[in-house]
Amino acid sequence: MKFKLRRVIAILIVVAAVLTVVGCGKQPVRLPSEQKGVVINGAGATFPYPIYAKWANEYKELTGVRINYQSIGSGGGVQQIKAGTVDFGASDAPLTAEELDQSGLLQFPMVMGGVVPVVNIKGIKPGDLRMSPEILASIYLGKITKWNDPAIRRENPNLSLPDKSITVVHRADGSGTTWIFTNYLDKISKEWHSKVGFGKAVDWPVGIGGKGNEGVSAYVQRVEGAIGYVEYAYALQNRMTHVKLKNKSGNYVEPSIASFQAAAAGADWENAPGYYVVLTDQPGKDSWPITGASYIIIHKKQKNAEKAKAMLEFFDWSYRHGGGMAKALNYVPMPKAVVDLVEERWKRDLKANGKAIWP
Amino acid sequence: MEAGFEGEREGNMAVKVDSSNEVVMLGRGRVNKWSANKLFKYICAACCILVLVLMAGLIVELIANSTLSVRKLGLGFLISDEWDPVMGKFGALSSIYGTLVSTLIALIIAVPMSIVIALFLVELAPKGLSSFFGTSIELLAAIPSIIYGMWGLFVFGPFVADHVGPFLHRYLGFLPIFQGTPMPVGMLTAGVILALMVLPFTSSVMRDVLLMVPSVLKESAYGLGATTWEVTKDVSIRYGIRGIIGAVFLGLGRAIGETMAVTFVIGNEHKISASLFAPANSIASTLANEFTEADTPLYLSALVELGLILFLITAIFQVVAQTFLKYVARGSRP
Repeated sequence: MKFKLRRVIAILIVVAAVLTVVGCGKQPVRLPSEQKGVVINGAGATFPYPIYAKWANEYKELTGVRINYQSIGSGGGVQQIKAGTVDFGASDAPLTAEELDQSGLLQFPMVMGGVVPVVNIKGIKPGDLRMSPEILASIYLGKITKWNDPAIRRENPNLSLPDKSITVVHRADGSGTTWIFTNYLDKISKEWHSKVGFGKAVDWPVGIGGKGNEGVSAYVQRVEGAIGYVEYAYALQNRMTHVKLKNKSGNYVEPSIASFQAAAAGADWENAPGYYVVLTDQPGKDSWPITGASYIIIHKKQKNAEKAKAMLEFFDWSYRHGGGMAKALNYVPMPKAVVDLVEERWKRDLKANGKAIWP
Repeated sequence: MEAGFEGEREGNMAVKVDSSNEVVMLGRGRVNKWSANKLFKYICAACCILVLVLMAGLIVELIANSTLSVRKLGLGFLISDEWDPVMGKFGALSSIYGTLVSTLIALIIAVPMSIVIALFLVELAPKGLSSFFGTSIELLAAIPSIIYGMWGLFVFGPFVADHVGPFLHRYLGFLPIFQGTPMPVGMLTAGVILALMVLPFTSSVMRDVLLMVPSVLKESAYGLGATTWEVTKDVSIRYGIRGIIGAVFLGLGRAIGETMAVTFVIGNEHKISASLFAPANSIASTLANEFTEADTPLYLSALVELGLILFLITAIFQVVAQTFLKYVARGSRP
């Protein structure tokens, strides 16, 4: 057996040398996209990813500006924008005004969506089951454990509800969806507020946890007697059985783009420091009570005026021309009044080298 | 490096392996045999050191990033099963428990099965069938874990809830581990899915181990009138016991850190319950679920500490395995 060790080593070294040379040679070469136009990097929430990707794609066709959005999760998005490794961060849960000021950040709502409780009960069709906030909270607290509980029957005198135990399903992974849902329960139930609170992940009193919307919907669809909560678009696409919720004004409403918009319309964006507005449990007779906005977070002091301008132009374009695309994907575009407010804020607060960037 | 390279180009060297398995170089020209030898040695050493550096880096990083939680939560982290990110209370007990129990279930199912499979393939099956089954089992090992997870969630989980669970509940319901309502996801489903994932590894290693049993030994036993069962029990397994135990620890290593498949089917609850039907969690599933959205420093640090604990558990198992193997080696060989 002839084993040409020296030759093997020689080849290895040549390969290594070639790779090194190629690797070094690559550094000054710019990517084609960079030559063509600006690349803007963003990272954060998974919930708005489909619409951001759609907008980015359309915008690139139009202008050549490339928006690179990584849906790594809101927590990661906030960390990355604080560290300055991306041009914008995205989060489903708004940062508080103090947190924004600490890092010199500005946040504004980009798009809205709703969270929908879904159930799996034999013979119950979408929109059949009516639920009050108290019942929803009691179920998630583990106090109501059967579907034929008198409290549920009282709300639904016309339905025949089975003597079946309720399986509570929640998100296992930290998520903005959970943040919005628990924020709602926190607002409407004192007991929830004192026992659990709200956040992207909480200490659930009962239930099983599914990973992602797909995990929750898989459990709900598989387990008879289950209740869970998913994003509206997800419930719609999977034809899940949503419930009608009683809102703050005492009406039972269906989740729909119109009822999410109704919730947003009543909100007082103007006086909220840092746009810390949570759209859960809003007044208004048509308001869906579990609505939420997804936020963009950027630095107030921008390093590169040109790049910052390009980024704002993209957001402006998305606000003004992206509404149809958003609706097609079951997101809710921001109302015009809010967009005007946001752009007013850009004018006032965003600076590069001491000069205003917008418009 | 450069000098070695020059030398390589000048000389035209052949290598041959002599009878004592020593590589002897037949050099010609300027090259002496030591430069190539040394170079080879250094390359090998560098690769080894790289592993060590990686290990050390990992440990340093894990410890550095978990100091906050170690300082704030102390030992309570290890003995509490409360996990409340809102209040900033973190306890690792349920994750540790889930990791160990799901791994245990997996091994209880997978180890006897893989011994039987390996014995069938080596001792009992016709040759064609044996190689067919052998290849099939190795193919199972190549399936990505997320596929096992999805299959567990959509197909196997419901099957457990509808058939396996009720059956166990009916006949073994007096045991606390089979009480409660069978659910499609939970510790039992996770354990069984893990067993299926471990099976290809353990059984193919065990098959190789049994194949290495010298036929002289087996034939002598048959010659003395031993039955297949006796040969298997007293010759094959005893001869290959080290390899078999090695295979078990290989499976354990795979099961203990498995992430995606477990996350899909374990139910993800930070609770310890006696019933195997109840949802639970493991260290790996907690990390997979919560790392992306961990938004406070303490939360993140607690998750890193969980990673550190998993690392330590794996290390402890390694040490136990090594010690055990040494002990067995002394006991079984004359």
